[in-house]
Amino acid sequence: MTQSYFELFGIKPAFNIDLAILESHYRKIQSESHPDRFVNAMSAEKLKSMQMATLANEAYQTLKKPASRARYLLELQGITAISETNTAMPADFLMQQMEWREALEDAKATKDIAAVDNLLNEIKQEAKSLNSDLISLIDEKQDYGSATDATRKLIFIDKVCADINKVIEQIEN
Amino acid sequence: MALLQISEPGMSAAPHQHRLAVGIDLGTTNSLVATVRSGLSSVLPDEHGHTLLPSVVHYAADHMIEVGFDAQKKQNLDPHNTIVSAKRFMGRGLKDIDASELPYKFIEATGAPQTTMLQIETRAGVKSPVEISAEILKVLKARAETALGGELVGAVITVPAYFDDAQRQATKDAARLAGLNVLRLLNEPTAAAVAYGLDNASEGTYVIYDLGGGTFDISILKLTKGVFEVLATNGDSALGGDDFDQRIFCWILETAKLSPRNAKDTRLLLTKAREAKEWLTEHAEANISCMLSDGEFVDLTLSTNEFIALTCNLVQKTLSPIRKAMRDASLTIEDINGIVMVGGATRMPQIRKTVAEYFKQAPLTNLDPDKVVALGAAIQANILAGNKSDADLLLLDVIPLSLGLETFGGLAEKVIHRNSTLPVARAQEFTTYKDGQTAMSIHVVQGERELVSDCRSLARFELRGIPPMVAGAARIRVTFTVDADGLLSVSARETTSNIEANITVKPSYGLSEDEITNMLKASFNSAEADKKARMLTEARVDAGAIIEAVTAALTADAALISLKEKQAIEAEMQRLQAIASADNADAINQAVEALNHATEAFAAARMDASVKRALSGKELNSLDL
Repeated sequence: MTQSYFELFGIKPAFNIDLAILESHYRKIQSESHPDRFVNAMSAEKLKSMQMATLANEAYQTLKKPASRARYLLELQGITAISETNTAMPADFLMQQMEWREALEDAKATKDIAAVDNLLNEIKQEAKSLNSDLISLIDEKQDYGSATDATRKLIFIDKVCADINKVIEQIEN
Repeated sequence: MALLQISEPGMSAAPHQHRLAVGIDLGTTNSLVATVRSGLSSVLPDEHGHTLLPSVVHYAADHMIEVGFDAQKKQNLDPHNTIVSAKRFMGRGLKDIDASELPYKFIEATGAPQTTMLQIETRAGVKSPVEISAEILKVLKARAETALGGELVGAVITVPAYFDDAQRQATKDAARLAGLNVLRLLNEPTAAAVAYGLDNASEGTYVIYDLGGGTFDISILKLTKGVFEVLATNGDSALGGDDFDQRIFCWILETAKLSPRNAKDTRLLLTKAREAKEWLTEHAEANISCMLSDGEFVDLTLSTNEFIALTCNLVQKTLSPIRKAMRDASLTIEDINGIVMVGGATRMPQIRKTVAEYFKQAPLTNLDPDKVVALGAAIQANILAGNKSDADLLLLDVIPLSLGLETFGGLAEKVIHRNSTLPVARAQEFTTYKDGQTAMSIHVVQGERELVSDCRSLARFELRGIPPMVAGAARIRVTFTVDADGLLSVSARETTSNIEANITVKPSYGLSEDEITNMLKASFNSAEADKKARMLTEARVDAGAIIEAVTAALTADAALISLKEKQAIEAEMQRLQAIASADNADAINQAVEALNHATEAFAAARMDASVKRALSGKELNSLDL
């Protein structure tokens, strides 16, 4: 399959995409390719259906979330945003990350749900501003170097959010 | 001999003919079968008009097997040989369950070394939960075939959304053992949503709260134009109405100061506990009175308030999975358009009240919570059987628990995350850590915890024949594939060398082909000849199905391929047709395989064309590509 995920859904490769169109085209492709549609079909078609439905799921999940969409757009440019040899991060962002982690540890120790919620909101604000940066960097300026930095930040923010959700779970139980 | 009668999808049926298909809710406490007739889904009753079949199997002294109400009557008299709630043991080992309060003689499995499913010793021999469940399915199959007047093309069988791979595989094996062609394993909450959604023509985001006899599921679905997309699912596969009975049972023992009881008394008191629970749904207090085997008389009164206090933490226990599912779907309670209650246990007022308080809205209860799962499964079965070719209903379900691999230090590395939409496939690369290493051991687990020992072990296998290389040079690509039934298969390949070690692994807890054959044999006391007959029948069924499918595809889309390609396919089809009437199963299977191979390019062309067609609406034209 040499087709890109964007081509699969018939949309222009860009960071700023219309999620409603993505969703509707994803549904259309699943309606045509899902294994439920091929229960009585030729074996070769069952296999093809399994492959296509799997690809559509993978492609949809990748394009739906900003961090993975940005990462995928960079991949199409031949840039690997996160690799074992390439994890450099600006010092100020590292400082900010450490502050978030410390705040999370404090909230965890004191079981302070409100503090965790505040932290989550603060981080989501940061993610939002990175999203608008990426629209400009990728779609308008094609500045893939700066876009790579912003994408890395976004990926790290996703990880912090996942950890925050784990802490919320622990506090709730 | 009913087991040998394998349905023949399409072999004789004309294309327009209605294919008989059913939905089966294989429940912990009760099971049901439903079908779609004249466009309406309805539950099929037995000859006495009962729609529910108690999920109880009694192995009687005279080699008879009783299922349902007859078996239920025996549970107090013959508890060791009367199995209730077998679903709780599906795909489970002895260490997974609390056997102390149960009247059965459990034994560890004696079959293949890796099979760990528990078994129960009965008068009729050692029975696995799969065999016990198959007895229930056989009765429902017979009920449906009598009511519908013909053999079934297939069935959709429902499973709790939170069932892991071992429990799903066990359910599918049980259906096979009962002679049912499984069209799809369908998650119970999704089935309920289908019944509800179609009835109410709803759009929006819905929560399905499904508390059955032994399992609890929560699913959050987005309904848009006939597409049911599961956003997140969670639950507890060992929490259900049975646990409420258990609480009352313990309360009886404590209040009446009874010493530990024998199996008959235990069963009797559990029955009384269940009756009290049901009574309290509409009454302020319940009387519990009965005579025990040693002549002691129990006479107690349980009030609603006491019952609520006894079971309060069980009700609370359902809230944690709800919160997790809401977080996984990134939703808040304001986003929820409605809550659907499923399962008999949701009749308990304290549950409805707790759910209403949590979501700040009253749950929907206008469909019978006992029937809604079977009704939804029947609708899906009708579509999958091909009775509605232009169906606009599509179910997109998810995997409930993450799949992973054991890495150094006993840690689990997740490969497929929970709530990924099915079907899903993901590959992971491994390398050797010693020079000249030619084999490696791979351990597949399911669960959310970090330690392998806290997850469920699904399969262990060894990859052999890796070409000797320096440490770290080999590249072994292990691919996990989870199909639309939620069932896993694993394959592995060494990618750097020309030598290809390609294997496909069936997880180890499932029944092997030999075990299934042996069970089938044992169940109708026949010999090798029957096995051959079965294989021949199966081969002919496959041949008939593929000929029908290819013919239909050629009629619709022959224009997509060259005349030469078309002729090649037709030649293979004619060869298969000629061989299908002979008595050689192997030859038929080979011809089927050859026809499959000949249609690969045609299948790809058809898929591409239909996807292009789907996206060629006006939305696409408005984009500049």
